[in-house]
Amino acid sequence: MPRVAVVRFPGSNCDFDALRAAESAGADAFFVWHREPDLRGADVVVLPGGFSYGDYLRSGAIARFSPVMQAVQAHAAAGGPVLGICNGFQILCEAHLLPGALMRNAGLSFVSKPVDVIVERADTAFTCDYEPGSRLRLPVAHGEGRFVAAPDTLRMLEAEGRVVLRYVAATERSPFQPNPNGSANHIAGICNAEGNVVGIMPHPERAADRLLGMTGGSGFFTSMVTSHQHSSNSGV
Amino acid sequence: MTFKVHVRVMPREGLLDPQGQAVEHALSALGFEEAGAVRIGRAIELDVTAGSRDEAEITARRMCEKLLANPVTEDYLLDVEED
Repeated sequence: MPRVAVVRFPGSNCDFDALRAAESAGADAFFVWHREPDLRGADVVVLPGGFSYGDYLRSGAIARFSPVMQAVQAHAAAGGPVLGICNGFQILCEAHLLPGALMRNAGLSFVSKPVDVIVERADTAFTCDYEPGSRLRLPVAHGEGRFVAAPDTLRMLEAEGRVVLRYVAATERSPFQPNPNGSANHIAGICNAEGNVVGIMPHPERAADRLLGMTGGSGFFTSMVTSHQHSSNSGV
Repeated sequence: MTFKVHVRVMPREGLLDPQGQAVEHALSALGFEEAGAVRIGRAIELDVTAGSRDEAEITARRMCEKLLANPVTEDYLLDVEED
């Protein structure tokens, strides 16, 4: 059973949902306060959504310097899985654990609705329970989710297959606007070169229980358990 | 010595600035047809204690690169004056 640390910053508000989703998937999940200097033996780290430090200056800009982030950096550098959801994605970009940045939505409004995304990378610790190319319906809820990066960085992300989730173009099968925020290349989530650090704007923890009306996101949490079993069996 | 540092952080040229666009539309709706290319950034003021003006500017530059501006999306301008 993987030990999953859900890091709480002042202003995190998806922390309980993430903890609950990880527990339901069979993980031993616990909270770590941002002032703590270590991750208490966590196998997996989740940076949940919310508005850390009130989004002052820029989303994630101040949370990035919280004491716990040194431990998160070390965990990531050692190959440990890290998932940033929404504000967690913004923090990972500010911490330079992921390239690019998340800017104000193109339409200016805060977007809170379901979107359809495609899982383009199904070999990460958070997506290995999905088939590559699967389509998921997940909620987004953000004001600053427009992924931007320098043209060279975007080309590199595409060439190296580092887009984990992409917003689906509008079709008859999807009633939703293809790209809710003007994100470059319709990017909804990316990973680092090693694939162990993943950042996504949609909220799988809000779609991980029948009571919530959507269950498509639970795979992110069951994948943590599956990948941990695999790495334990291979002795890594 | 204390120096007053004014930092102006602007969205990088060429990046979509939806706030600037919205304000431009509002200005035009108010009859200010002369307005164009509106962009919105932020201004930060701070006191920096340093031995010289150059030292204050170097320190302020480090602050911008580490925290005050995002090197991916923003550019900054510094103005340092003796307090």
